[in-house]
Amino acid sequence: MDHVTTIEATKAVVTLDVALPGIIWGWMITLNMWAKSIGTGVILVGAFLLYRHKKEEMPNLRWMMPLISFIALNVFLLFTLVDLHQPLRMVNIFLHPHFTSAITVGAWMASLFTGLVTLMLVIGVLDAFPELGRHLGIAKKVREKSSLYEKIFPFVVFLALPVTMYTAVIMAQSSARELWAAPAELVQMIFAALMVGSASFILISDKWSVEARKDLTLILALSVALSFTMYMGEYFFSYKAAEIEATIAFIHSGGSYNTQFWAAMVLGYIIPFFIAMGSLKEENRTMLKFAAVTTFIGLYLAKSTWLEIPQMIPLS
Amino acid sequence: MKLGFLVDLNLCMGCKGCEIACKVENEVPLSSWRLRVKYIDIGTFPDTSRSFTPLRCNHCENAPCERICPVSALHYLDNGIVNIDSSRCIGCAGCMMACPYGAIYMDPESNTADKCTYCAHRIESGMMPACVVACPVEANIFGDVEDEKSHISRYIMEHRGAVQVRKPEKHTDPKHYYVGGGNNTLNPLAHERIEGYGLFNNITHLDTLGDPHHSILDRFLDPIFGGHNDHLKDESFLDMPNDVASHEDESHDKGGH
Repeated sequence: MDHVTTIEATKAVVTLDVALPGIIWGWMITLNMWAKSIGTGVILVGAFLLYRHKKEEMPNLRWMMPLISFIALNVFLLFTLVDLHQPLRMVNIFLHPHFTSAITVGAWMASLFTGLVTLMLVIGVLDAFPELGRHLGIAKKVREKSSLYEKIFPFVVFLALPVTMYTAVIMAQSSARELWAAPAELVQMIFAALMVGSASFILISDKWSVEARKDLTLILALSVALSFTMYMGEYFFSYKAAEIEATIAFIHSGGSYNTQFWAAMVLGYIIPFFIAMGSLKEENRTMLKFAAVTTFIGLYLAKSTWLEIPQMIPLS
Repeated sequence: MKLGFLVDLNLCMGCKGCEIACKVENEVPLSSWRLRVKYIDIGTFPDTSRSFTPLRCNHCENAPCERICPVSALHYLDNGIVNIDSSRCIGCAGCMMACPYGAIYMDPESNTADKCTYCAHRIESGMMPACVVACPVEANIFGDVEDEKSHISRYIMEHRGAVQVRKPEKHTDPKHYYVGGGNNTLNPLAHERIEGYGLFNNITHLDTLGDPHHSILDRFLDPIFGGHNDHLKDESFLDMPNDVASHEDESHDKGGH
């Protein structure tokens, strides 16, 4: 065997051991995080738009925002559940909660958040479509309580922040994976939410005012630029801890995740940034929508890479 | 009382007796291990040496697995053991992500997390863990680290300065100590896993986590209607044909390792 002679005399080699677990948290957790970013991102970006602009400038926002959030949150919850090896025991999180765990706290917050978003969705849709369920008593009652939407919205926005960020705390509690440091991941989660929150609205903002769309474009450009900067910081300068260095090697040249990582960076960050910057000068809706789509794809790939590479190194 | 383990790597000869005793005592399924002995070779032929490192749960005083478990399936016992209640586990694998020592596995039969419990059931009955009993050279030393007269405490005192824990920088405060260990044996990044260098096989990673035949749908249906691996329950092992021919038939049908 050729490779026998290439081993250095000082290099230790494992000659007998059990098989190590491969990827423990795989595509379902990636999808979970990606969908959660959309679910909370549209609320955060929507709140910013409602603060900056009149409702009339964004005619469908009141019902589209909770609708997108509701769909994304249900995808997130579904894959959270399906990824469990004992999904029917999910109820234990509510019956036997252990509140030192970010998984527990997150599950409680996300459930409450989804409940409130659902309520906003029902009110928003019934208000937007007066003919819908016109003869139903319950629809009538909901319409009478329509102002509840505006009352609960501040709480929903407030809750969106910890719901966005709690996965970063789970990652931080995963002591075995040094790459996932809480400060960086908390900020990256916020950027991810802003990226796909703005990207979601870009796809449905044809009838919105130019100023509102400009804000969306700016949010997209800033969030991808800042998030990309953080990734580059990790890529080039994470050499202080041996474990992180070994992890980052998977995305460096020759690493098994190198192509996926750079595909994520190009699709999710570089392309959207330049298109968004160009669109700020001269609006090009088609290109902006293209940027929104690549943002979704790029973010998924980036999340997948970041989730999986720390799981590749042997722990013992 | 704080129970702890000490392995004197100078004594360990890599017989894997502890590994097998653990498997038998705890009925650990195929592909899963609560305790394993890793062989590491260093040097170039003929100047080579081989070291053996038994690896198991460290029963940390500040256990990340206990902290991250959303349902307290992982919990501390009064004697310091980090125990697991499989019937409560939801199978989120958070503990597997949190354990810096890779000591937790997803049981392919129960689809719940599991790990070394220092044989808590034996301790309760006044017995030593199975691996301690099986060790022919008494390399495994077990006892109360808070009792200064215990064998383990005296051993730690005798070898002061040479006693190490794995990954102290993680601040998990492990209650599992090594004497005679070095960077190569205790630091997983100090050695490489190169395909083709395993003594018996080239498998470095498991293809699946838990039961490979446990589909997403099964996860929901099995607890209600019964799983496809019910025949693997303890009682059913007694009813299984135990002759060579039947095993040969099985290996022809399903393929072997």
